Amino acid sequence: MVTRGFTGRQRPPNIAKRLPPGQSLTEDFPVLSAGPTPHIRTEDWSFTLKLGPKPLARWNWAEFNALPQTDQTRDIHCVTKWSKLDTLWQGVLIDDVLAAAGLEQAPTPYTLAHSYDGYSTNVPVADLVGGKAMIALRYAGAPLPPDHGGPARLLVPHLYFWKSAKWVNGLQFTERDEAGFWELRGYHIYGDPWREQRFTGD
Amino acid sequence: MTEAEAASVNGRAALRWQQAAITAIVPQTPRVKSFFFAPPRPFSFRAGQHVDVRLTAPDGYRAERSYSIASAPETSSLIELAIEWLDDGEVSPFFHEVAAVGDDIELRGPIGGHFVWAIADGGPLLLIGGGSGVVPLMSMIRHRAAQGSGLPALLLYSARNWDEIIFRDELIALQDRRDGFELAFALTREPARRERDYGRRVDTAMLTELLARLPQATRQVFICGANPFVEAASQGAILAGVTANIIRTERYGG
Repeated sequence: MVTRGFTGRQRPPNIAKRLPPGQSLTEDFPVLSAGPTPHIRTEDWSFTLKLGPKPLARWNWAEFNALPQTDQTRDIHCVTKWSKLDTLWQGVLIDDVLAAAGLEQAPTPYTLAHSYDGYSTNVPVADLVGGKAMIALRYAGAPLPPDHGGPARLLVPHLYFWKSAKWVNGLQFTERDEAGFWELRGYHIYGDPWREQRFTGD
Repeated sequence: MTEAEAASVNGRAALRWQQAAITAIVPQTPRVKSFFFAPPRPFSFRAGQHVDVRLTAPDGYRAERSYSIASAPETSSLIELAIEWLDDGEVSPFFHEVAAVGDDIELRGPIGGHFVWAIADGGPLLLIGGGSGVVPLMSMIRHRAAQGSGLPALLLYSARNWDEIIFRDELIALQDRRDGFELAFALTREPARRERDYGRRVDTAMLTELLARLPQATRQVFICGANPFVEAASQGAILAGVTANIIRTERYGG
């Protein structure tokens, strides 16, 4: 149904084709989170890879920063309707995290990413490997600020941005696809912006 | 998450779009108007939740936005959204300049299972809103009033000036009931107008003072506004002694 009197803001086709349905372009970088921003000192930071409850590998800040670093320029899409194009990230690909842990392949098909503030979100392994995702340590050439998830956040740019968990401190392999924080609160279990999977049932 | 919270999660079934007619448009401040919608399929919601609104252009282009519900869950057949004019906006100028009573607008909801509060969740309740961030908090305050609850509650509401305080007269009237609802305005570009209001930005000293107005320690804290406001208010609340894990935030941006 056409909304009476609404024409919308026309975007050049080269921009419009990069915006998933229902998204609008933003030039700034909005911040969204469910609670106060935790301020984690890098000397207190660590990242743990787990299989169920069992730790597989753990790195402190210096050790994690010594892993191979990769740059990625990606478009990002937030379920609250904004998209930002050509964002520049630096961090450690999940492929390189797995390799550093001595894993030739992931032990289960699913993961839950965990954060310092108690947040969690589920992402299938297939969406993390093959260069699709990283633990991001830097944004636009500078250390990731706390309100954008610093010291480190998960970056899974092809899914809605709530999947890119801020203040990440671990990745847990799970046998089943287990809903995380927002997924338990009505948000879509997978979250593909191009299929507009915002909420359960979309 | 508590079991009650898990059990009450919305969205088990798909959220369907529906055409809801605008039944009234009420100017609230120079930059904010309330839009009242009558959804043909009314849905129950919890205070603090929002709806998605979708506008479609003749060429098929669609714009979507999320707006918090200002009305109380008790009046769910009529949904009030308070929409702020944004200078570089695409959807808010449509609502302010084009939308008229009788127009059908596509919306769906309710959305959001975290920034929500009901009487049963208890208190004392501390609400901190900046600008249009007061909207979901207003739904909580109206819910409390509609239920005749005496749960201690305090709203700290920061606005640029007196004329930009959304729901000002209603809030003052609710405070005048003296039923446990306390109210403080913090004006950032004007001196305080009322005794015990503030003429400065929200800070730790202000929050320390306000927390002392509650009869017991606050158990439920909701902070909503633009990100810099939420950052300042939440860090201020933590420095004033509030435990970080009872603070829920909602940030407007983009």
